[in-house]
Amino acid sequence: MIDAVGLHKTYRLKKRRVHALNGVDLNVESGEIYGVVGQSGAGKSTLLRSVNLLERPDTGTVRVGDEELTSLRGARLRAARRHIGMVHQHFALLSSRTVAGNVGFPLEVAGVSRSRRATRVGELLELVGLGDKARAYPSQLSGGQKQRVGIARALASDPKVLLSDEATSALDPATTESILALLRRLRDELGLTILLITHEMDVIKRICDSAAIMEDGRFLESGRVLDLIGTPGSLLARSLFPLPDNGGPESVVITYPRSFDEPFMSELTRRFDVDVNILGGGVEQVAGQSVGRLSVDMRGARRTEALTYLSEHGLLVEEAGK
Amino acid sequence: MTDEILHLAQDGDALTAVADFVRDWPNMWPSLWLGTQDTIYMVWWATVFSVLFGLPLGVLLVATDKGGLIPAPTVRAVLSAIVNIGRSLPFIVLMVAVLSLTRFLVGTTLGPTAAIVPLSIGAIPFFARLVETSLREVDRGVVEAAHAMGTRRFTIVGKVMLPEAMPGLIAGLVMTVVTLISYSAMAGAIGGGGLGDLAIREGYQRFNDHYLWATVILLVVIVQIAQSLGDLLVRRLSRR
Repeated sequence: MIDAVGLHKTYRLKKRRVHALNGVDLNVESGEIYGVVGQSGAGKSTLLRSVNLLERPDTGTVRVGDEELTSLRGARLRAARRHIGMVHQHFALLSSRTVAGNVGFPLEVAGVSRSRRATRVGELLELVGLGDKARAYPSQLSGGQKQRVGIARALASDPKVLLSDEATSALDPATTESILALLRRLRDELGLTILLITHEMDVIKRICDSAAIMEDGRFLESGRVLDLIGTPGSLLARSLFPLPDNGGPESVVITYPRSFDEPFMSELTRRFDVDVNILGGGVEQVAGQSVGRLSVDMRGARRTEALTYLSEHGLLVEEAGK
Repeated sequence: MTDEILHLAQDGDALTAVADFVRDWPNMWPSLWLGTQDTIYMVWWATVFSVLFGLPLGVLLVATDKGGLIPAPTVRAVLSAIVNIGRSLPFIVLMVAVLSLTRFLVGTTLGPTAAIVPLSIGAIPFFARLVETSLREVDRGVVEAAHAMGTRRFTIVGKVMLPEAMPGLIAGLVMTVVTLISYSAMAGAIGGGGLGDLAIREGYQRFNDHYLWATVILLVVIVQIAQSLGDLLVRRLSRR
């Protein structure tokens, strides 16, 4: 749905040249939620703005749907942008307009008649659960409510793609949770494709199907979240499951990239006669699956056999010092 | 009230002066009323022209800035220089400096209509800077969001920037009106008419203190009314 190839973008900041994008390829499948995570200054904001060409990349092409946006300018670019919704970190609502006026703004700009606008605004506010706030002003709303208005506005012209610029970063944890749930529901109900950027690993964990870790203008790794977690040396796995750094030379990190019913640990001690001591670990819901990661100390004559057994059953085994 | 003051008045008392002033008021009123009308007439039209030219000028100053809607550093530098020249001239000098332009536009350099020319020229750059300041305070994120929604630049000015800046614009307009009232009094110095003219001709040149006091009172009242109306409007428009 979103296909960006070979994106480069350089800024001149004072006398320094900053490579905000340093050869990024991005591919977001239709109907998936794709998260780009990274520190501030990693270039994720520039990447997001390149997708609707709020910032034009120096080189590279961006396609959304069947349209190559990088080849468009002026009126045709504006028309294309109307099919890409955008949600902003600080909501970016017009303080001089009511909630209904804000949600209706993109329709007004697109020349939709007043009566059709009113109907559509009503539907959108119901969709995001703010049916009773149509006449309120943004200043009268809570952060979460403001973001719901922002989401309703982004959906006004029925886009297939939604861009989310740190949509939950200004919100408290409970509100973040509810906004993420809303985004996931909208994806399911409307078949939206969502590209979001965030600096919170939690967001990736909770709603993303695919993810990319960005640093210094490039992707360090990218792909389906569950695939990444099952990849040896994955940065994503390490970030999602912070493990204590107390493993000796005998320690092993074992990742369960999906739900397992088998009691592997007790089986290991029985079948291979190894001693297993758990150093740390955790189980998390990732992309709708229960995923775990354990750091264990494993000793015994048949240690290697035991580890092979785990690998054969689809667990990812990473030994210390290897 | 008047009787009480008259009754209290004794020879040599400060109150005697006040009593004389009150007694004199009906005699002065016809020319005071005329002066008030002239002042309002000048200020009204000068305000209209300030908005007509100052508002677009202020919008251009913001739009042509780098990162603006139509970045054009050279255009901006030229506009900014013009505005600065207008702002740096003392009004009384500007009035004299534009005399020939006034004669060309109005046919005379005397009277309230002629005064509208220097008043407008003085107030346009003043209001333009205030417009610029208010527009700069509009959240850039909102402007960016409007771009992301495929909004034309002209529409962004009309439907995003100006409405969002409205309380600040109204406050700036009030400040311009108040400044114009004080400028209009200065216009009296070169025969512009209005309350300032009255204060100089009757009050200063003929040593008639009563006219001086009366014009001061009327100017204060006019400024108060303008300011209060403006504040009311700003409060009603503020949604932050």
